[in-house]
Amino acid sequence: MNTSSTADIAFLLLCYFLMTTTMGSQTGLSRRLPPMPDKDQKVEDQKINRRNIIVVKINSADRILAGSEAIVVTQLKDKIKEFLTNPTDNPNLPEKEEQEIEGYGKCLVSKGVISLQNDRGTSYQAYIAVQNELVKAVNELRDEFSMKAYGKPFIKLDEDKQAIVKKAVPQNISEAEPKDVGKRRR
Amino acid sequence: MTSSSLSDIVFMLLFFFMVTTQMRETENKVVVKIPEASEVVKLERKDLNSYINIGSPIKSLQAQYGTEARIQLNDSFKTTDDIRDFIAAERESKSEADRQFMTVSIRADQDVRMGIITDVKQELRRCSALKIMYSARKGGE
Repeated sequence: MNTSSTADIAFLLLCYFLMTTTMGSQTGLSRRLPPMPDKDQKVEDQKINRRNIIVVKINSADRILAGSEAIVVTQLKDKIKEFLTNPTDNPNLPEKEEQEIEGYGKCLVSKGVISLQNDRGTSYQAYIAVQNELVKAVNELRDEFSMKAYGKPFIKLDEDKQAIVKKAVPQNISEAEPKDVGKRRR
Repeated sequence: MTSSSLSDIVFMLLFFFMVTTQMRETENKVVVKIPEASEVVKLERKDLNSYINIGSPIKSLQAQYGTEARIQLNDSFKTTDDIRDFIAAERESKSEADRQFMTVSIRADQDVRMGIITDVKQELRRCSALKIMYSARKGGE
């Protein structure tokens, strides 16, 4: 039997699958939205000490305001790291609380919360860039912590230890109620 | 020269691609250029994922729909009010044990304004679909 055409047919099929399918795995920034507050529920739980919160605002021209100063996106990471670690125990930066973490022991955990606010006119690209910097700041802090505690970067730890590091360096990013920044309210 | 093994090799390749890839399930009606980020994580369970595409309509549909950014769910343009039904239908299609792990991927074009995304996010919160993922490409740096 002549089989020389089989290869050609298989090649055609191969080309067909190459064209019609998507190979790439999905990547992105994972987030958890806060649940919608009940209408009857009073807004009272949102009483966080002023020093423990940093407000990052992005206006409709994609300019960034962190705390009270205008900065560019490349400065944001260091600003957030300084905010979360508070190396000099500055009374204006978040307080730290000693927490007992199972499997590790006592550890100082920052109570800092990053609140991200954007305008309706902010571009998605700028928003993702800011989100990315926030995640990067937290990831670097986690790496530093795990290097100190276990001598390995965060990614190489096993799951239990990763959970410990996550508790020691929490990622508290709040995308609370939408507000218009630097523009008239809707 | 003997080429009898050639077809076997090609078939192997073919099977490899058939197994590792998945069919494009829906046709894109909006142009989505996903923004870049350096700290992206991989999605664990592709089958538990629902997609919300946001962007301006593709060229051939611009005459009909204009260039304003729109939401695409499944195969057609929708508004934020339709997200509730969409999420309910997606939830229904997953097995009961997996429902809590359902993730909504927001695939938005990098030039989209945040207003429309905020609306989508608020609607998702209302449907308590809280696990979301902002699609981003590995890149930057």
